[in-house]
Amino acid sequence: MTDPHLASNSPRSPWREAWRRLRQNRLAVSCGGILIAIVLACLIGPLVTGQTIETQNLDLGATSPSAQHWLGTDPLGRDLLTRILSGGRVSLAVGLTATLVSLLIGVAYGATSGFLGGRADAIMMRIVEILYALPFIILVIILIVVLEPVFKLPRMAWLVSLFGGEGQIKLVVLFMVIGAIEWLTMARVVRAQVMTLRQQDFVSAALALGVPKWKIILRHLVPNCLGPVIVYSTLTIPAVMLLEAVLSFLGLGVQAPFASWGSLIQEGADNMETRPWMLVFPALFFSSTLFCLNFLGDGLRDALDPKAER
Amino acid sequence: MIRFLYNRLWQSIATLFAIITVTFWIIQAAPGGPFQSERAVSPHIREQMLAAYGLDRPPFAQYTHYLGNLLKGDFGLTTKYEGWTVLEIIGGAFPISLQLGLLGMAFALTFGLPVGIIAAARKNSAADWLPMSISMLGICLPTFVMGPLLALGLGLKLNLFNVAGWYGWSDRVLPSLTLGLFYAAYIARMTRAGMLEVLSRDFVRTARAKGVSETAVLLRHSLKIGLTPVIAFLGPAMAGMVTGSFVVENIFQVPGLGQHFVSAARNSDYTLLLGVTVFYATLLVSANVVVDMLQAWMNPRVRLES
Amino acid sequence: MRFLTALAGLGLILTLLGLTACSRHDSRARKAAREGILLVGNGTEPKSLDPHIASGVTEHHLIITLLEGLTSDHPVEESVVPAAAARWEANDTLDEWTFHLRPEAKWSNGDPVTAQDFVWAYQRLLTPSLGGEYAAMLYLLKGAEAFNKGETTDPQSIGARALDPLTLRLTLVGPTPYFPSMLTHYAWFPVHPPTILAHGKIDTRASRWTHPGNFVGNGPFTLKTWRFKHLIEVVRNPHYWDAATVKLNGIRFLPIDNIPAEERMFRDGQLHLTETVPLDKIEHWRTKQADSYYENPYLAVYFYRINVTHPQLKDPRVRHALSLAIDREAITKNIMKAGQSPATGLVPPVAGYTGPGLVKFDPVEARRLLAEAGYADPSTFPRFDILFNVSESHRTIAEAIQQMWNKNLGLNVGLNSQDWGVYLDAQQRLDFNVSRAAWTADYPDPMTFLDMWTTGNGNNMTGWSRPEFDALIAQARTIRDTSERFTVLKEAESLLLQDMPVIPLYIYVRNYLVSPAVTGWHPKLLDSRPWKHVGLQVDPPSPHTP
Repeated sequence: MTDPHLASNSPRSPWREAWRRLRQNRLAVSCGGILIAIVLACLIGPLVTGQTIETQNLDLGATSPSAQHWLGTDPLGRDLLTRILSGGRVSLAVGLTATLVSLLIGVAYGATSGFLGGRADAIMMRIVEILYALPFIILVIILIVVLEPVFKLPRMAWLVSLFGGEGQIKLVVLFMVIGAIEWLTMARVVRAQVMTLRQQDFVSAALALGVPKWKIILRHLVPNCLGPVIVYSTLTIPAVMLLEAVLSFLGLGVQAPFASWGSLIQEGADNMETRPWMLVFPALFFSSTLFCLNFLGDGLRDALDPKAER
Repeated sequence: MIRFLYNRLWQSIATLFAIITVTFWIIQAAPGGPFQSERAVSPHIREQMLAAYGLDRPPFAQYTHYLGNLLKGDFGLTTKYEGWTVLEIIGGAFPISLQLGLLGMAFALTFGLPVGIIAAARKNSAADWLPMSISMLGICLPTFVMGPLLALGLGLKLNLFNVAGWYGWSDRVLPSLTLGLFYAAYIARMTRAGMLEVLSRDFVRTARAKGVSETAVLLRHSLKIGLTPVIAFLGPAMAGMVTGSFVVENIFQVPGLGQHFVSAARNSDYTLLLGVTVFYATLLVSANVVVDMLQAWMNPRVRLES
Repeated sequence: MRFLTALAGLGLILTLLGLTACSRHDSRARKAAREGILLVGNGTEPKSLDPHIASGVTEHHLIITLLEGLTSDHPVEESVVPAAAARWEANDTLDEWTFHLRPEAKWSNGDPVTAQDFVWAYQRLLTPSLGGEYAAMLYLLKGAEAFNKGETTDPQSIGARALDPLTLRLTLVGPTPYFPSMLTHYAWFPVHPPTILAHGKIDTRASRWTHPGNFVGNGPFTLKTWRFKHLIEVVRNPHYWDAATVKLNGIRFLPIDNIPAEERMFRDGQLHLTETVPLDKIEHWRTKQADSYYENPYLAVYFYRINVTHPQLKDPRVRHALSLAIDREAITKNIMKAGQSPATGLVPPVAGYTGPGLVKFDPVEARRLLAEAGYADPSTFPRFDILFNVSESHRTIAEAIQQMWNKNLGLNVGLNSQDWGVYLDAQQRLDFNVSRAAWTADYPDPMTFLDMWTTGNGNNMTGWSRPEFDALIAQARTIRDTSERFTVLKEAESLLLQDMPVIPLYIYVRNYLVSPAVTGWHPKLLDSRPWKHVGLQVDPPSPHTP
């Protein structure tokens, strides 16, 4: 058992310690393995199924799983496996990018606000409130309408090609919009945590010793709220993926014929009684990813906890 | 305390004003406008329709006019559902959303809190991962899947509750359950994380060393502090919950407030969208004040600051 | 610890108990049938119940229960029957019509229905400051357009005159043989002037007169309850002149905008009549429960607009190539599957009219035309987009057509789904390449599908303009004889299809569910619903099972 304050004050060994603890957590390790497998399948899979996401067979229509189409087809006769795997690329990309963005902004903002306190905190939190209350849907509509022509400019072509061509412009806009919205709750959670921490002895001690404020935030406060932050991040990833699904449902998400897990589940939900495979398989991929992310997150949390008692 | 409330009141008013202003100008920037229909309306008729609502004036004049009316408590008329005032619509829909939100939250708390606390106390045991896995279902299955599944299973197969509508008590169950399951999962996870954080602190060890019973450690010593992040989450969640959920309302045909946030935005129903935004913002701002006070009460080291 | 587990368990048990206490027993539809009340899924919340403000089909279904026009739809056939007017006659040139009102017709407050009420109603809809969206429907009346545009302020200049309290004379701008069938639209319905004036001025838009307790109508039912986005209930109107015919005691309209939820409610015994059927459930209902399933022709066409000002799409050969490359049969048979028929022209078969039938599927010819237009190598054809508003079926069709154009022509086509407002805006500003559209007939005549393509018509939205076409439409408006008129209209349609500013895709059907408890239900081409002939039987022959 290490002294908690000593551990958090000496940032040399904790990472290696954490990695060692993580490896001991068999559940977390196997979840990590499954996640890697899913990511690899999504990256490579669409190239080897011999189908493209848009290859249609109207005469075939929606069929249940068969030797030809392992996970069945949708009403346009498209291979579901290919669509799920390539949809995974979109969903994972949206989930990870937006979460990362929200993590960076949210933690920095929340920690600063919570640590500074007083007037600065009040102003920063009121700004969060304002952003919270803005009507989200119309914001998305406007951002898409405003940003789409910008991305269609010839000099933005390189950026668009980076994301896979003109069909994906909406998706890029979506990344930005979701990332810009999702950090709000993160900031509140971190702020609350920092406020309880900052009254603790080690912070007062650091302040008394004349350690610069930003260093205190970065070195002492942020590592100490990693627990809730990681848990909240593992909650943000599904939230973002679902938000993308709801936006796809409203036509503001991924653009057809491309798909995402969210849009596939949405489509499957409409067909759940007559073509259950259209719901079951995308949902299976989606939830196993979320389960694994979640247990991996728990493992990370425990491993990074400087006070862990293992 | 009084000073805190007084300061927060002024801050809240400033925040609300900023929200109204930003929303108003965002809406002005949106493409299209009210009175759109698939069939073209000749330009002079469209002008007449706009003039009937004062929408033919310059935007700034509309803005000051709107603010002036708002101060008088007049939220205006909707442009989409003519003959209804925005206040009537909110007044009719909010009690329904409130009821649904409270039922859902009650369900989420009765399920989420104990599960989270037990999971934290019995970390890495079956009592931890089994309920936590089940609670993950609430997150993994989006409401637009969970809702129809519950409707088909509990409604049509088992014939227990009505599948949709909002007329009798049998209609209330499925939407509250769907809404609650989603939040229960969140609450359980955040409770578990918050509790774990506290349980590793010195004073808990001291208490245990002194021979305080495990239940007392959990409930009397740790719960208040462990719930800090949950409370931070609950404030906005509560405001969101009682103002309705678009998806749940749509699936179960509940005439609540949530649908208006989406449909008013899509119909360019400016006044209604502004009205529900102002209403939601007021709730949100008050919820945040309550949360700040709760956090101070639960964790005396956090002082109330203005 | 044990205490906590017990607490959680208790919570769970209490919840379950509470839930079971809320469970139910009798089906709502059966209970309502016993009370003679019809439960109807009505799609969306109406914009208004004021016939001069409303627009749309949802509103039509409601307003015809509350108000009655001079004529109304025949309960079974595709024709009109006398309603507020007992009889009528026209002059030789069919541009002056005289209607004789029923002396026994009354408003729901007991006042007699007079010719002056009609005249006042038309004057109200045409008043510029009211901003009535359907004012243009009344432009058929002489002087109406000038009055509505503010060129004159004299209401006497409108061609509607009350010769005496029971005689109404309408003077039209030209011969209109199908005039009586146009009068079933609520734009032509009367309103009760004292009621409207009691709640505002003649041009008050958001008036409260349409609310329960205020509404005074002359229809078979009166307004009892209106809860916003929740429920509208109408009950039998004792003052209605034909109250003896009315079978129902009331109708409850539920604005259900989620299609799968509506079907679940029907199965759950909460509705007698649905607005539609989810796409994936059609097969099930058609084969397994055919007694509840209806599939009726509907006077509407689904098509794609082409922006003819687009640098590549302005070439008619390209437009023809696009049309010829679409396998419409594959769309209706494999995707829609609900009984729609592939379009052979823009005008669906109506009232004895058959179109020139120029639209077909021929990929070889399509390829040839594209090469002829200078795109022997289709990869040199710039990418363009199909614009559509968000909806699963629009998206599916667009995805299929995208593939057909790619496979049959080698073109690289993008999809652009937009929110409703953005979509309408883009269409009106001609800011699109190809755009999804649909048109529902206002009245059962080919004219309703053709006059929109004249130069400067607000619904044209393609940039297409042909003086010859305009001349043919103008000529058709002056012809009395139906078959002669149809010949001219057919010529106009051929001209349109030769230039192909629009690509017709399929003719609609309406699919919906009707409980076996409902009697006297007869589907109509324009989905008009003669509610007063509909009834309910308490014990239907084959009881509804979910």
